[in-house]
Amino acid sequence: MVAQSAPDVMVHIAAGTSSGTLGTSAPLVESAIRDALRDAVGAEVVVFLDLGSAALAIEIALEALEPTERARVRVSEGPLVEGAILAAVAARTGEAIEAVIAASTAPVAKLPPDFAR
Amino acid sequence: MSAALVVAWLERAAERIHERRAWLTDLDAAIGDGDHGINLDRGLETVRDRLSSGAIAADSAGLVLAGAGRTILGTVGGASGALYGRAFQRAGERIVAIAPGVGSAGTPLGAVEIAVEALAAASGAIAALGRSSAGEKTMLDALLPALAVLRAAHGASQPVGLALDRAAAAAEAGAIATIPLIARKGRASYLGERSIGHEDPGAASSALLLAALAEVVRERDGVDEELRFRARQPN
Repeated sequence: MVAQSAPDVMVHIAAGTSSGTLGTSAPLVESAIRDALRDAVGAEVVVFLDLGSAALAIEIALEALEPTERARVRVSEGPLVEGAILAAVAARTGEAIEAVIAASTAPVAKLPPDFAR
Repeated sequence: MSAALVVAWLERAAERIHERRAWLTDLDAAIGDGDHGINLDRGLETVRDRLSSGAIAADSAGLVLAGAGRTILGTVGGASGALYGRAFQRAGERIVAIAPGVGSAGTPLGAVEIAVEALAAASGAIAALGRSSAGEKTMLDALLPALAVLRAAHGASQPVGLALDRAAAAAEAGAIATIPLIARKGRASYLGERSIGHEDPGAASSALLLAALAEVVRERDGVDEELRFRARQPN
């Protein structure tokens, strides 16, 4: 969906462990961030996560980066799917990193107000 | 603590976790997502494979531990993978820093002192990454009592086999003592008061890991050293 809404925004995924099971692998997250940094010459990388242990893996991965690399990486607290799409669209329109992060964490209404929940 | 001893420990730990994987998974199914035993079993199995293939360098005790930590980070998944992986890495780095000669030319530091330093580094890493402390129904509730016992053993100049045996017993008691606690961290905390009445799977696996270490040291040293120590004690 990100590729569809913002084809020129590059996406790297680190999902599951190196043995292909559920969970998060800090080394896989680190290598995805490094790939993204390599792609994003002179630009920033925004990391999205889902539940629990993903935050621990990202923290370990970020600690492995050089300070100059770390300075180009931001972690969004926005929801994985909606946040990533909104961030990608904001990035594509040339917004600065702060605006991209703000877009990714804005509340998203999933249902119309008059929808019977 | 030689490299060979750490390798023997990790192999024994892999065996013990494999034997108890269904039990650990049942504990986790009660208050978490029910994969702790399977995940840790798979991680330690990969550690064992990488040790036998030479992919984890067995040059020194510290490097073996750090290599095991990196493997666990990549294969275990979930919070326990990140926490154990980081704990093994930090314990290994600590041993490299304080006793670089361990595994080759020997070290002026005693085995109990090295164990204290390594376990302090490991539990410190878990506390920092998990933003957790004692009494929150986590691995720390097994590891911190074990660390206290090891520190006391170091003060009393106990032989390492006896010290680790007592530390492992303290870890097991600590794990059992998590049963009445409310989980404050991880997925178990979503259950709130319903987490009461279940042993924490992370504390349980921590106790198994320390028991495996005590076992291999006891097998290496035999009971002679311990009997001599006990004979020197006033009644």
